[in-house]
Amino acid sequence: MTQSAPLIALAGNPNSGKSALFNALTGARQKIANYPGVTVERKSGHFAFADGRPAELVDLPGSYSLDPTSPDEEVTRNVITGLQQGERKPDAIIIVLDAANLDNHLRFALEVIALGQPVVVALNMMDLAERDGLTLDPAKLSEALGVPVVPTVAVRRRGLEELSAALENRLLQKDSAPRPVVSKTRDHGLRKQAKLIANQVIISETAGRRWSERADSLFLHPFAGPLILFAILFVMFQAVFAWSEAPIGLIESASEWVAGTVESNMAPGFLRDFIIEGAIAGVGSVVVFLPQILILFLFILLLEASGYMTRAAFIMDRMMASVGLSGRSFIPLLSSFACAIPGIMATRSISDPGDRLTTILVAPLMTCSARLPVYAIIIGAFIPPTVVGPGIGLQGLVLFGLYVFGIVGAMIVALVLRSTVTKGPNSGFLMEMPKYQLPRMKDVLIGLWQRAWIFMRRAGTIIFAATVVLWLLLTFPKVPEDSGMSQVDYSVAGRIANVITPAVEPIGFNRDIALALIPAMAAREVAVAALATTYAIDAPDEEAEAKSLTERLQSRWSLPTALAFLAWFVFAPQCISTIAVTKRETNGWRWPIFMLAYLFALAYVAAGITYWSAVALGL
Amino acid sequence: MPTSTTLDKLSLKQHAEIVAIDWAAISDSEGRRLRALGIDEGIAVEKLHKGMFGLNDPIALKVGRMMIAVRKSHAQAISVTLTPATIAA
Repeated sequence: MTQSAPLIALAGNPNSGKSALFNALTGARQKIANYPGVTVERKSGHFAFADGRPAELVDLPGSYSLDPTSPDEEVTRNVITGLQQGERKPDAIIIVLDAANLDNHLRFALEVIALGQPVVVALNMMDLAERDGLTLDPAKLSEALGVPVVPTVAVRRRGLEELSAALENRLLQKDSAPRPVVSKTRDHGLRKQAKLIANQVIISETAGRRWSERADSLFLHPFAGPLILFAILFVMFQAVFAWSEAPIGLIESASEWVAGTVESNMAPGFLRDFIIEGAIAGVGSVVVFLPQILILFLFILLLEASGYMTRAAFIMDRMMASVGLSGRSFIPLLSSFACAIPGIMATRSISDPGDRLTTILVAPLMTCSARLPVYAIIIGAFIPPTVVGPGIGLQGLVLFGLYVFGIVGAMIVALVLRSTVTKGPNSGFLMEMPKYQLPRMKDVLIGLWQRAWIFMRRAGTIIFAATVVLWLLLTFPKVPEDSGMSQVDYSVAGRIANVITPAVEPIGFNRDIALALIPAMAAREVAVAALATTYAIDAPDEEAEAKSLTERLQSRWSLPTALAFLAWFVFAPQCISTIAVTKRETNGWRWPIFMLAYLFALAYVAAGITYWSAVALGL
Repeated sequence: MPTSTTLDKLSLKQHAEIVAIDWAAISDSEGRRLRALGIDEGIAVEKLHKGMFGLNDPIALKVGRMMIAVRKSHAQAISVTLTPATIAA
C-alpha cells in the first residue's frame, strides 16, 4: 500500500520567523511555483520525521487574519481550509508565533485553532523574547490553547526535533486528539482572548534592551533618516555597477570563447551560424544580466532581512502617495534604474495588487543601464560638448534631462493608471515595522539562489526563444551573392523595416532606424550594434566602431531625428526580458501586452513631439 | 490641556488610548487590516515617529510590542484620549 507523504502547512504572522523555520526544517532544496491563477508564491520542501518517514512542508504566506485583506492572505485561508485549487488539505498545521509579540500573534493562532485541524504551535524566537526581558511559560500556553506548544529558535535550529516529534504525535492520534478549548469568535473577542492568554503566559516582563527602538530614533529621524537612506542607496548603486563590471566581462569573454571554439571546430553552415549567433548569443544575453541582478538582490535581501526595508518604505511613503502609490513601491522602482527585471521581481513585497501592478507597469520608464550605450552614442554624435554653466556640460545636461523625462513620465503614467486601469481602493499603507535583526547569511543566500533560478529558468526560456526568432528573421531568406544587397536588407527583418518605415517617417525616423529597431527588441543596447551593421561598419574594435558610427550618424541623421530617437528610447519597451518577466509576474499575457502598447504609443508621441518641435525651432 | 484628540494630532512619545474609530471613514478591508494589526478601540498606543522632514504623514505607532506605520488619512479617523506614560515595556 502506498500512501503519499503527509502535507504539513506552516502558517503564521509576517515577521514571526516563519521562513527561517521553513529553511531550518527543509534546507536549501525548496520548490517555488505560483498558485494557479494568482501571483502568490507556493514554497514547498521536504523534511523527515525521526524515523525517516518523509513529509511535505508548505510555507504559507504570512497572514494577520483568516479574514483575508490581500491575495496572499486569501491563499493562506484557502489552503488551511482545504479550498485552494491545486492543493490538498494539509494533514497538520504548524503555527509560528513570535514569542516576543504574543498578544498580536495569538489572534491569528486562535482563528486557525478554532477550525479544529491538528495544530502544533512553534513558539519561535524565544531567544529574542528573553533578550527583550520576557519570561514565558510554554506549558501554560499549551494548556490555554489546547494544542502542543514547542519553544523554538529557528535560526539556531533549537527545538526542531521536539517540533517534529510533537507533529508526529499529532498526526498519529489524529482522531483521539484533544479538542481545542478555543471557541469561534470574531475581531474584538479574538483580540481580548489573545491578550488574556498572553497575560497568563508571560511570567515576568522587564524592560529589556531596547536597541531596536534606539536605532529607529536615528533611522527614522525626520532629517537624518532620509540622508541615511540616500547614503545606503548610493552605496548600493555604486556596487551594482562597480562589482558587476568584472563578472560581466568574464561572461562576455566566456561566451566569445565558446563561440570561437565552436567556430573553429564546426564546418561552416546553417547549424554553426545557428549555434553561434542564435544559441550562444541568446544564452549570453540572458546570463549577462545575472551579475547586476544578483548584486541588487543581495542588497535588497539584506535590507529586507534586517528590517530596514520597511523603514525605507516609511520614509518614502509620502512622496509615493502623491502619485497614488505607496512607500512599498520605492525600492522596486529604484532597482529599475539598474535594470527593470530585478525591479519588477522585487514588486512581490507589495501586498496591494493595484499598487503592485502599477509599479510593474511604470518600472520600464526608469532609465535602466541598457539605455546608456544608446544615449551615449547619440548624445556624443549630436550634442556639442559646450559648457552651459560652472561645471555643467550640455551633454551631461541632456543625459540628466532624459533621466528626469523618464521619472516624470512614470509619475504621470502612475497617476493616470491609478485612476483608470488599476483603479481600486488604496491600501492606505498599513504596515508592521519589525524589530531590527542581524540577517542570517544562509537565509539570504537561499533567497538569492531562488531569485537567480527564477530569472534563469522562467525569463531565460522566453528571452532565449525570442533571441533565436530575431536571429532567424535577420538571417533568412539568404541574400543572393550577386544582388549587391546586404543580408540585413534582404532578410525578413529588412522587409518588415520597409513596412514600418512609412509609419515612423512622421516622427522623423528613416529606414535605417526602422531596421535597427527590430533587433533592438531583444535589448535596447543592440540598437547601437544594429546601426553599425546597417551602415556596414567593419571596425576592428568597439571603440573604432563607435567612432566611425558617430561620423556616419552625423552625415545621415538630422538633429531633430537624433533628438526624436532619444525621446523614443525614454519610453520604448524594447527589452524582451522585461516583457518576459512581466508576463511571469502578472501571470498572463494581458499586462505585458498592455505595457507594450502603452509604452510604444508614448514613445511614438514623445518622438513625434520632439521631432516637430525641433523642426519648428529650426534645429 | 485637551485630553481628547485624534491620532494624527498626538505629539511624539505621547501615550494614548483609542476610544473610537470612525469605521465609516475607512474602507472595509482597511478596517479589517487595522484590527488585524491590533489597532482597535480600547487599545493603548504610543506615537513614536513621523514621516520625512517632520511631515505628519505617515506616522509610526507602538501597539503592544509592535511598531505599525499608519497614514494620516487613517489616523484622522481614530479618536484617542491621552494617558500618562505608564507602560514601561
